[in-house]
Parts: sequence; C-alpha cells; structure tokens
Amino acid sequence: MFASCADPSTLDGLNWLACYLTTGKHLDFYWSFATVLLLLVITAPLALGMGFLGAIASRSPVLPLRWLGRAYTAMVRGVPDIVFFLFFVIALDQGLEWLLHQVVCPDWDQPIRQGTEFRVCPQAKIPSGNADAFWYQVDGFVRAVITFALVFGAFAANVIYGAMQAVPRAQLETAEAYGMSNRQVFRRVLVPQMWVYALPGLSNLWVILIKATPLLFLLGVQDIVYWARELGGSKTSAYEYPHPDWRLWYFLALLVFYLLATWASERALGRLTARLSRGQATAAGEAMRKAGI
Amino acid sequence: MTCWETLGAYAFRSIGYGERLLPRTDFTLCQQFTLIGSGLIWNVYFGLLALLAGFFAANALALAKASRNPRARIPADWFIFIFRGSPLFIQFFLAYELFVLLPRTGIDLFGITVETSWLTKAWAGALIVLFLNTSAYAGEIFYGALQSIPKGELEAADAYGLTGWKRFIRIQWPTMLRLAWPAYTNEAIFLFHATTLVFFSGFPAFQQRGDALYYANYFADKTFNPFIPYPIVGFYFICLTLLVTLVYNLINTRLNRHLP
Repeated sequence: MFASCADPSTLDGLNWLACYLTTGKHLDFYWSFATVLLLLVITAPLALGMGFLGAIASRSPVLPLRWLGRAYTAMVRGVPDIVFFLFFVIALDQGLEWLLHQVVCPDWDQPIRQGTEFRVCPQAKIPSGNADAFWYQVDGFVRAVITFALVFGAFAANVIYGAMQAVPRAQLETAEAYGMSNRQVFRRVLVPQMWVYALPGLSNLWVILIKATPLLFLLGVQDIVYWARELGGSKTSAYEYPHPDWRLWYFLALLVFYLLATWASERALGRLTARLSRGQATAAGEAMRKAGI
Repeated sequence: MTCWETLGAYAFRSIGYGERLLPRTDFTLCQQFTLIGSGLIWNVYFGLLALLAGFFAANALALAKASRNPRARIPADWFIFIFRGSPLFIQFFLAYELFVLLPRTGIDLFGITVETSWLTKAWAGALIVLFLNTSAYAGEIFYGALQSIPKGELEAADAYGLTGWKRFIRIQWPTMLRLAWPAYTNEAIFLFHATTLVFFSGFPAFQQRGDALYYANYFADKTFNPFIPYPIVGFYFICLTLLVTLVYNLINTRLNRHLP
C-alpha cells in the first residue's frame, strides 16, 4: 500500500508492522468486518418480519395455520441453532437447484439423486458453473442471510407472541366496545402497545444475533473468523511477511470487536427502553414516574 | 450387517469402543441413528459437567458481583462482561490457540512439572470454556435474582434477628434460586445446545470421536443428503431438551413447595 513497503525484508519494528497490517489480505480482512455488519443490518429486519408473521400465525383462529406457527416457534427451543445452519445451507442449495431444474430442464430423464451424488442439469446450477469467485461469495452470503432470518425469525416470533399476549386484555376489550373490527383492534391497539413488552426480548435477541455471526464461517463465507485463521497461521520465510503462529492475537482482536459491539448495543438499547417506557403502565414506567423523570 | 450388529459396533464409537472405521459406503438409517446417538454421549458429558461445576461458580460470581467490596465486585463484573459479551465460538477458538501455545513439555511449578498437553484435547479444553461460559451466564441470572428479592423478606429476616451467613443461607439463597430458576432452566437448555459447537471450533476430534453433530455432519458430507442426519440430531436434541426441562421443573417444584 505504501511505497516504502516494496521490500518487506528490509523493514523492522513499527514500519514492518504498519506495512504488515496494510497488505492486500489484511484489507480483505478489514472488509470482512463490513460483511458481518451488512449481515446484521439485512438480517435483523428480515428476522423481525418472519417473527411477526410467525406470531400472527400462532394466534390465528385457523387451526392448521396456528399449528404451523407453534411448530415454527417451538423448533428453535428444542434443536441447537447450529444444526439449522448446517442443514439449511445444503438444503436450500439443493432445494433451489431442484426447483430450477424442474423449470429449465423438464425433459431431463436421469434421476437427481444417484447414490451419494446430487445431479441437476448444468443450466440449473446456482451459481452457474462458469461464474467467478465473487458470485460464489454472494451466493454463500445470501444463503447465510436466509438461514439467519429463518432461525432468528423463530426466536423473534416467540418474543412477539409473548408480547402480544402481555398487552392488557382490557385495552383490547375497550377497543372492541368502541366498535372496532378485529383488524382495527389489531392494527391500532395491539401492535402499537406490543412493542414496549417485546423490547427487552428483542434487545436480548439482537445481542444473541451479534454473537451468532461467527457462524458465518461454518456457512463457507469468508468472514472475520476465516481471515483470522488464514492470516494468523504461522508463515514461513517463503512468505513476504514471515511470522510465527499469531492466531491467538487475531482472535483476541475479534473478541474485542464483539465485546465493543455488544457493549454499544446494550447501551443504545437501554436508552431506547427507557424512552419507550415513559408513560407506560409497566413497572419500568411506574418507576420513572415515581423518580420524577 | 444387521442393525443389532451395527449397534454393537458403533454404540460407543464416540468414546473409542467398537469398530474403528466409520462406515464409508452403503449408509443405512440404523448406522446414522447409532453413530449420532453415540456422539450424544459427548454432548451430555460436556453439558452435565459444565452445568454442575458452573452452578457453584455462578453462586460465587453472583455474590461477588453483589458485594460492596470493589476487589470482589470488579473482577466478577469483568468476568461476566467478557464471557457474556463475546461469542462462545470465538471463546473456543481463543482458548484452543491459547492452550496450543503452552509449552509442550509442561510448566515447572515449584519444582513439579505440570503437564499441559491434555488442555488442547476437547474433553478438557472445551469443558473448561463451557464451564467458564455457563458460570458467567448463570452468575448474571443469579445476580439479577439476588437483586429482586422482595424487601419484605429481608426486613422479616432482620426482625427475627437473622444476620450474616444465616440470613444468606436461610432467606436470601433459597429465594434467589426460586426467582432465578425459570431463567436458569433456559440457560441449561442453551448450554446443551452450545455443546454442539465444540468440534466445529478448533478442537480436533481425536480418531474421529466426535459429538452428535460431528457425526451428522460426517454423514451429510458423505451422502450429500442433509435430510436424514440433521433431523436425527434434531430428534435426539428434542429428547434431551425435554429431559432437561423435566429435571429442572422437578427442582422448581421442590423450590416452590412452600408456596400456595
């Protein structure tokens, strides 16, 4: 990056370190932090949406829909989330390719599962066989987003369902007494009041989501864990910047990154909770009223 | 090979008894059920020991965090912050790299050489990380419960002349456990789930002796069919979760037995 870095073998001390930390691979490593943040930013609203749908389904008067919602919310409690991650990565891949295969090659006559192989016609490959490495990364990232949204949607559905149940019954009855239809009660009374009950659970979930992002590594995305292992491993003198096994330091840096992320989130969410509790008929709101805030 | 023979060959494969070679072709449902179930031994081992040891550490941590003495409070605060604020996955990696860097020959402590190689093995190294992790989480739960003990109970204890240790063990501690128990049940469930991370985070599976998810992943890689092994793991874990919930609910009933 710097002109003085042209010949690393002549450098020493801080100069060496400055050059070492700005190699092309290190810049990739720094960009992978952006990947993690991007994943968080995309996944959180998606998971919230899935959770909302799941919670509505669990409250539905239609029996099969209610079962579906309950099963969706129950699944993450019984089974470790990492199982879903490993499962969905392959299952989504095969499912999409199978669907595409049905559409683009309807007259393909060989079986798709041949022993231990999964064969669809070449046109149905995702991403297509001649795509470059960048598209493979994008493909992996999209699959990660879908998987995270599905799993965390189930967690969120649990929280939102509980929050909807926590809205005082009298509020809904009053709305009904004023002649609102079910839909109006839901939109004008239940949903606006639900958020303050959902917020503690959702904040918790956001922190859990941050702490689940290293699992991207298992989904084959070149994320911060991947680069930490790649860059930290000991480099012999065949490399430009030889060094012993430094993975410990790289992982320490990741640890600090996550500590900062969760710490900042908790502070921000704490403020938001205080803001939303103002004037609410909850314990927190009552405490604020007494304290005269 | 009949299913009965498979059971004999692989039921204890994960702890090193039975057939050495894992199946390589013609995978049967029975093999998958047996091997994945065999791997579950590790999940139970990690979860149970970490929970048991973590329970005591969590009590100490909660007390330290609630203490007025800063020399007890500040380390407890930091310990809880570090272990709750960072992903378990990173903690596993970090711990493994740390243990690997320890000198192979052992450390000289007061003339005695302490072996260190066992720390890089999953059975010890991962267990230590899980123990520290669950201590931090449960410590925070217990601390929260300690803070929400009804004021009236403490005043009643004062009125009866209970002080110090007696007040703690007779009044505060039982109420703390009672209040913390639902949240602690959740923590126990998630700890068992977290044990599946061990063999995906640096700790090698010695001679392919892994946990339930390790074998499920093995089958999914070999057959390229995720629709059989992963639901099997799911099934085993649902059973395990139900069992944990049952045991914790029994304890909960016992803790609340004096209440109407």
